[in-house]
Amino acid sequence: MQSIIGMVLMTLLAVVMIGIIRLRNLFAVVIFGGIYSLLMVGLLLVLDAVDVAMTEAAVGGGLSTVLMLSVLYSTKEEEIRLVRMRAFPLFFMVVTGVLIFATWDLLPLAIADLPSHTHVSAYYLDNSLKDTGVPNVVTSVLASYRGYDTLGEVTVIFAAGIAVLVLLQGSRIAKKKVSRSDSISGSDSVSGLE
Amino acid sequence: MFAFMSLALLVALVFSLFRALRGPTVFDRALASNSIGTGVTLLLIVVGFLNERPDFIDVSLTLALLNFVSTLAFLKFWRHGDLSHVGEEPVE
Repeated sequence: MQSIIGMVLMTLLAVVMIGIIRLRNLFAVVIFGGIYSLLMVGLLLVLDAVDVAMTEAAVGGGLSTVLMLSVLYSTKEEEIRLVRMRAFPLFFMVVTGVLIFATWDLLPLAIADLPSHTHVSAYYLDNSLKDTGVPNVVTSVLASYRGYDTLGEVTVIFAAGIAVLVLLQGSRIAKKKVSRSDSISGSDSVSGLE
Repeated sequence: MFAFMSLALLVALVFSLFRALRGPTVFDRALASNSIGTGVTLLLIVVGFLNERPDFIDVSLTLALLNFVSTLAFLKFWRHGDLSHVGEEPVE
């Protein structure tokens, strides 16, 4: 039953992705981003990753929609259809192929008795409740054993958030000086607009 | 029983997603997104009971609250073009 629900949710995710690619209205794309993260929360909970599902519900469902909307304030409503470049997709395909070829030399991560899985993971599983008092092993690793690591990640995310705020604020000040129609006209790229 | 309920919720999700894909106006898509959020919230609860571990209802509570807030934010942006708008002028 779990696998059936998971497969149906993944199919819906694929449908949402195709919809995002085909749509040109950016408001609808923002809505589809919200739908994607809603379905992703369900899929993550079916896959028994509750902490990731909680984070996805908070960040993907609520915060990122609002952030994307405030980005939409600085741009236009319809996506401009660019002139097709042949070279870039070919380059992309070649690089992706080389990277997929390179993954054959990676360690098979799903095998449980690899040395990378038997070294510290067993210690965490055995002693995390005794060491930290946190019942969830993932939480104890993130917040206690690797606490400084998590502190660094949170600092980086905070700096990125400040940078995004500065960018949005700057574009909003510039828009007050130049009106919306003046700032987008006067280039040939507008002619490709639908 | 719970398996049948989860299947029915998945069918409801498919219908809502169809409306979101087809929707001629933005409001259809916003409504479809909101009902998909409600469906996923119910699906989380049903899956929790299906696994006989209904401990994760708080995830669905978070999802329900944020779904409501993000729908409101979207509609406010659509109406005023600005999220920090004070709203309507006061009623006489």
